[in-house]
Amino acid sequence: MRDKADYARKGIARGRSVVVLQYVDGILFVAPNPSRALHKISEIYDRIGFAAVGRYNEFEELRLAGIRYADINGYTYDRSDVTGRGLANLYASNLGRIFTESIKSLEVEVVVAEVGDTREGDAIYRLTFDGSVFDEHGFAAMGGQAEAVAGRLKEHYRESMTLAEALEVALTALTEPGGERPPVAQLEVAVLDRKREHRKFQRLTGARLERLLAGAAKPAAEPETPREEPPASETPLSAGPSDTPPPTGPEGDVDDGSSPL
Amino acid sequence: MAQNRDLPAGLVDQLFRNTGSSSFTEFVSSYAPDLLPRRSEVLATPIGDQVPHATTIVAATFAGGVVMAGDRRATSGNIISQRDVQKVFRADDYSCMGIAGTASTGIEFARLYRVELEHYEKLEGRTMSVQGKANRLATMIRGNLAMAMQGLVVVPLFAAYDPDRDEGRIFSYDVAGGPYEREKFDAIGSGSIFARGSLKKLYREGASADDMVMTLIQALYDAADDDSATGGPDVTRRIWPIVGVIDADGFRRLTDEEVSGYVERMLEARMISPDGPIAPLR
Repeated sequence: MRDKADYARKGIARGRSVVVLQYVDGILFVAPNPSRALHKISEIYDRIGFAAVGRYNEFEELRLAGIRYADINGYTYDRSDVTGRGLANLYASNLGRIFTESIKSLEVEVVVAEVGDTREGDAIYRLTFDGSVFDEHGFAAMGGQAEAVAGRLKEHYRESMTLAEALEVALTALTEPGGERPPVAQLEVAVLDRKREHRKFQRLTGARLERLLAGAAKPAAEPETPREEPPASETPLSAGPSDTPPPTGPEGDVDDGSSPL
Repeated sequence: MAQNRDLPAGLVDQLFRNTGSSSFTEFVSSYAPDLLPRRSEVLATPIGDQVPHATTIVAATFAGGVVMAGDRRATSGNIISQRDVQKVFRADDYSCMGIAGTASTGIEFARLYRVELEHYEKLEGRTMSVQGKANRLATMIRGNLAMAMQGLVVVPLFAAYDPDRDEGRIFSYDVAGGPYEREKFDAIGSGSIFARGSLKKLYREGASADDMVMTLIQALYDAADDDSATGGPDVTRRIWPIVGVIDADGFRRLTDEEVSGYVERMLEARMISPDGPIAPLR
């Protein structure tokens, strides 16, 4: 069991981080992702988005299953009857079962986020490879360096930020202090915008993303960048410079399924 | 279906197994076939006259897009069963469908079709081609043929904006499927003969969206004029036709205020000339 957990943690820690956070009109997803075809962030249903780190083939399976689950329930009942909580539970039970029953657990960590009509209706669920569910408030980080990223997120996150501010916070969190930000072409950014009609999910790409980044960069984050050599950790195979433990997955002991929610 | 449902949902038992296709309809027919708008039982007697029927839908292309409009009446035999039924549905951002025939089955089709397009889009990460959308609808209608023979006929009209060609496209169907692509305009439902006659005289190549909405309102009025199952604009109750415009910006359903503007202008002109605009002879 412990071997499986360590194996999964190591697998997840190899990848880059993904950040999900609330802003005033919804929920923002940011993932450094050099591939434009293999998405880490995607739409599940009208109000539900999905983000994942770890092995692509494994979380892609989860994504497809989630879409089937959402579409069949929305078609059976009504579109408003598909909830992020239901999807999080489906994922949790499957991740948990796979973790206990199969030889190899899934090397994935997943966020299911749902945008409500108001801020209070928003929900961000983070699920780990063993099926534990964390009901996050405001923001969530996962992947390699998750703990460091979450720490920086916590430091900069404020309630009711604008989209540009939230994007700025996300990028600050994803960048090591003194490090260089990923270029726009290597960013995967999407929002669940509660002001949109029908389907709330929207990818932000190209010119629109650049405008947002330009608007965000001006007010903040000018001083604390002593342009030094970017640390040569393009793919952080071995974890970052100082903080050594692969910082992902639930802290402490392996979850035995008795955790709340 | 029940035995499928009894399995705990999830990947382990491959309940949400990948059929190798991104079709939602195919997935439903393997997972919960009774959710599909198809019935396997044979009815003792055709019930065509006893369930509400939706009537006239018209669609026409304009420069850079397409407009679809439908009246609001549903009839069961000689009874008007509903005055404000909706028969034009947004399918996705760039397409819509109208239904004629059995209203209940038609509404189910529209709901299923919307999920079908969206499901593909989410799984594949791309929008289906316009021709692909039209073909999918044909398959769905074909599946209803047995029921059509029993009187539960549904015939859709499909309109979409094609970004590759920057133009609107219209596809029509019959009870056995289709699709039949139409160049300029088409109409379905009981009033379609009259609407098509009207459109033939009023359609102008390369007209603006505004003109084309007016043309369709005129055509619907002509259909309602001669077909008892098609409803005209209900001035006292303020029930107006449903009009959807699709262009490069996507599908937009005109608000009631916008449509009432067109209708009032049309009615004003018809007070003077009841048969509507007169097409030039030469």
